[in-house]
Amino acid sequence: MPELIAKPALGAFPVTHAGTTLAEADLPQMTSIAPWPGQAEAVGRALGMAFPLPNAVTEAEGKRLVWAGRDMAFLIGAAAPAGLAAAVTDQSDGWVALTLSGAQAVDVLARLVPLDLRAAQRGQAFRTALNHLPLILIVEGEGGFTLLTFRSMARTAWHEVEEAMVKVAARAALVL
Amino acid sequence: MRIDGKGRIDRTRPVTFRFDGRAYAGYKGDTLASALIANDVRVVGRSFKYHRPRGILTAGSEEPNALVEIVGPANQTPNTRATVQELFEGLAARSQNRWPSLGFDLLEINDLAAPFLSAGFYYKTFMWPRRFWEGLYEPLIRRAAGLGSLSGRHDEGVYEKAWAHCDLLIIGAGPAGLMAALTAARAGADVILADESSEPGGRLLSDEGEIDGAPAMDWAAKVLAELASLPNVRLMTRTTVTGAYDDGTYGALERVGLHRSPRPNLPRECFWRIAARRAVLAAGALERSVAFEDNDRPGVMLASALSSYLNRYGVVPGRRVVLFGNNDSLRATARSLMAAGVEVAAILDSREDAPDEPGIALHKGAQVIRARGRMGLREIMVRAGGREFRLETECLGVSGGWNPSVHLTCHLNGRPRWSDALAAFVPVEGAVPGMLVAGAANGTFSTHGCLAAGAEAARASLAALGIAAGAVELPQAEDAPYGIAPLWAVPGKGRAWLDLANDVTVKDVALAAQEGFASVEHMKRYTTQGMAPDQGKNSNVAALAVLADATGRGIAETGITTFRPPYAPVSIAAMGAGGRGMGFAPQRFLTSDQASRDRGAPMVEAGLWYRPGYFPKAGETTWREACDREVMMVRSSVGVTDVSTLGKIDIQGPDAGRFLDFVYSNTFSTLPVGRVRYGLMLREDGHVLDDGTCARLGQDHWLMTTTTAAAGLVMRHLDFVHQAFCAGWQVRFVSVTESWAQFAVAGPLARDLVTSALGHAPDLPFMGCTPVVVQGVAARLFRISFSGEEGYELAVPTRYGEALFRDLTARAETMGGGLYGMEALNVLRIEKGFITHAEIHGRTTAFDIGMDKMVSAKKDCIGKAAAARPGMVGPAREQMVGLMPLTGSVLTAGAHLFAQGAELVRENSAGYVTSVGYSPTLHSHLALGFLKNGRARHGETVRLVDRLRGVDVLCTVTDPVFHDPKGEKLRA
Repeated sequence: MPELIAKPALGAFPVTHAGTTLAEADLPQMTSIAPWPGQAEAVGRALGMAFPLPNAVTEAEGKRLVWAGRDMAFLIGAAAPAGLAAAVTDQSDGWVALTLSGAQAVDVLARLVPLDLRAAQRGQAFRTALNHLPLILIVEGEGGFTLLTFRSMARTAWHEVEEAMVKVAARAALVL
Repeated sequence: MRIDGKGRIDRTRPVTFRFDGRAYAGYKGDTLASALIANDVRVVGRSFKYHRPRGILTAGSEEPNALVEIVGPANQTPNTRATVQELFEGLAARSQNRWPSLGFDLLEINDLAAPFLSAGFYYKTFMWPRRFWEGLYEPLIRRAAGLGSLSGRHDEGVYEKAWAHCDLLIIGAGPAGLMAALTAARAGADVILADESSEPGGRLLSDEGEIDGAPAMDWAAKVLAELASLPNVRLMTRTTVTGAYDDGTYGALERVGLHRSPRPNLPRECFWRIAARRAVLAAGALERSVAFEDNDRPGVMLASALSSYLNRYGVVPGRRVVLFGNNDSLRATARSLMAAGVEVAAILDSREDAPDEPGIALHKGAQVIRARGRMGLREIMVRAGGREFRLETECLGVSGGWNPSVHLTCHLNGRPRWSDALAAFVPVEGAVPGMLVAGAANGTFSTHGCLAAGAEAARASLAALGIAAGAVELPQAEDAPYGIAPLWAVPGKGRAWLDLANDVTVKDVALAAQEGFASVEHMKRYTTQGMAPDQGKNSNVAALAVLADATGRGIAETGITTFRPPYAPVSIAAMGAGGRGMGFAPQRFLTSDQASRDRGAPMVEAGLWYRPGYFPKAGETTWREACDREVMMVRSSVGVTDVSTLGKIDIQGPDAGRFLDFVYSNTFSTLPVGRVRYGLMLREDGHVLDDGTCARLGQDHWLMTTTTAAAGLVMRHLDFVHQAFCAGWQVRFVSVTESWAQFAVAGPLARDLVTSALGHAPDLPFMGCTPVVVQGVAARLFRISFSGEEGYELAVPTRYGEALFRDLTARAETMGGGLYGMEALNVLRIEKGFITHAEIHGRTTAFDIGMDKMVSAKKDCIGKAAAARPGMVGPAREQMVGLMPLTGSVLTAGAHLFAQGAELVRENSAGYVTSVGYSPTLHSHLALGFLKNGRARHGETVRLVDRLRGVDVLCTVTDPVFHDPKGEKLRA
């Protein structure tokens, strides 16, 4: 039992603007899986889901495999089994996970991310940028998104997203 | 003057506003310009150079004269075009470039001195004496010439940036743009229709034409209603597309809150980056004026602007109007005005063969030779049929023809083509890949032509995307030919104005040609024509026509200056939205951040990270006292510092050792598991890229450490090497910088502190590493040192970082130790001669820093061959040395080194200083630096000179390692 106290990246309370909510998610168990050359398929089999193509997420039994770059995916929600034909590295502490959901989530992200997310669907994930921050954007479907960025930048990420939210909310208020 | 029953303003919503402190009334739907016209305000600004009274020329974003300051509670925005600024309750505007007032401007004296102030005047006059330029001439000129003023404060307004994506971007919502949008929308394409005005419709709002036998605006309203009902269309009003960039990316500026009273969090403007698979430019055309003597008098306007003001805003600038031009478009304006009860005294058509116009006094072959009325037009002098006569009028509408808005087609270096038939430049096909031009922007001026071209451009754009567009029935509209005979300037003696915004006359352009500035690009720079906020929209074509005439060349041959983005002025604040102050870059915080701040530590920026500089104690008055204490604490007991910012890269695979041998200059594959080695990394050009340690955690598992500053750079370098040279190797790497919080424990009591924290002695040799459990948490322990003392680094998963930091701090303090910051860390490493990026700054080699033996002779590595090039090694190189002052003087980084007795000139510089600090251990200031052939010069005395900070001191050259040169303390 650890005697050291674990801390979240932010410890922030959720905020809601114009029906859209930004929240800090619990640290998911997250492992980078980088198959050896030619081993992606075998690694996928061993994990029980296809190794994802670029910009994709595969899922099985509460676990997800999120494409995270060239020859790499992040396994989220379960520990990696031993003996994978891949480099396996724990990433759980390196990231902060924020969730953004609600009617204006796509409009908010249009202020921050250079991607067209209007038709984004569950099963997609993008390695992109949140303004100047590195970002893994996971599409949760139904207007929800999970944003993973470097843990040390959590405060900036929160600030940038909330700033975009209040501006979008101020615009929305004009129409009403 | 307001005309009853005309205009699209909302007369049920009166609005009050202030101009130059005086209250006026207007209506919702007015622009500031239309409201000023309604209130019979004729002079709205003073000209740039001569301070001549000026009125409103246009009704659009190209306005050169009516530039005002908008004064808000938190903002003061200069050079706002009154023709674009919409009226809102409480709007306060101020005229510009006048002193003391708009009506009485002392600097109008410049106008009397005009004969001396022609083009090139500054260049010729203020040449001598040379040193007067900066102190005297320039400030004087800047005061006399210019536009609005800035508040001098930061712009704290809210701005926004955003991205948009679409199949088809349609730029301009006039007849061509609306038809294109309708065609594309019905085909199901994802459409953005952007228009810079508050209301879509373009010229249909301004001209009283008919479509399908009904007022054109009825058709436009029907189309807009259909577009609004479709989910695949986004209508972006108040949005000016300002630039065309590579790969179908367009910049656009949206006025979000500028047309209403400020509201919290509502952006003033939004800068859009629109990624469009295809685009249709339907930006219309801009009317141009004709130059004649004093054609800048308030009341001389573009004829099309008169139509706009009448039909859109229900205002006219006078009861009696004369129209003057060289083309057919004047007639509709005349009919509109007459129908509204305005007296049209005459149409002056410069064409001898102009068509007749029943019911209006039409003078063929007529030219206006002069306008009179300094503060407002009173009369004009006309030459027609061989005689000259006077016409009294308050307003003169001028049309010199139409210039298609080709600007965006030129943003990727396209050049427009001269059309003799239109007397205008028209775009060339394919100038911007993926963009088609339709309607007046393409030189098609009839309404029918615009509608047909819009539909066709949309169809062709969608076809290229594989989207079939069904036939959209073309509505009936006029299809009159465009008749024009060029007239650029009426010959005469007085000043005839081309560029009203920058006060450039026909004579100035002729003078430029006469003085050899005959190329259009030279003429522009010599006269400043086209360099004002309107970027020559009102004057470019006429100016180069005058230049062509002066040089005896044709217009096509003379060419045109380059149109660059932005099409219309863009606030820097909008482009940099969110980037002011701390928004400039992400901030990275350590897990120990709050604990350090709680102890009063001032934070210093290291890359994007914030690290504690020092930890002040009660009674300490300067940072040096704290720093000296922290250094002595580490040397005598134990210190703790957060080193999590160092880059950490997890490297795995059977080929990892081989890979490390390739990227590091020294050998790693032979390192036993559980050991750490210091490594040096070279760039391909042989200079040092970075240094750091690399630990072998397992047979195929390594952990590389980089410097804080180069973490990203090294990651990129590894990726490059892997992809470019050994993509097939079984090696993978990923950053774990953020995954681990790592703390250095250094000093003679370091082992005791680690023992206390772990609950057992570490039992680790120097440069060893091992997994440990610290208070129930799986951790990594390294025995490495950057201080020269026995040192350990303890790493835990980041979530436990703050807890471990507080724990280690408390334990250190009970042992007489404590925290140390960046200042002490720096002094400790200087005492040991350890390098940072101050030394490996990009121009130094392994040889320079005394590490050439670390470039292994037994294997190849990145940069090895290049590092052996002639000139990369040898006595001519500046080599790293230590420097100690002979006296107790301060040393400064950036100082240069000279041989004693050498003259202090650049050529004699023998080296420079990179790092300095005061060593409380050695009771002396110390420096690291680079000195030519320095390793052979230990013991010599050199002169250290810093002219910026007034330091001139003799120093002894030493080995860079001042403290414990044998490293006995490290290995204790």
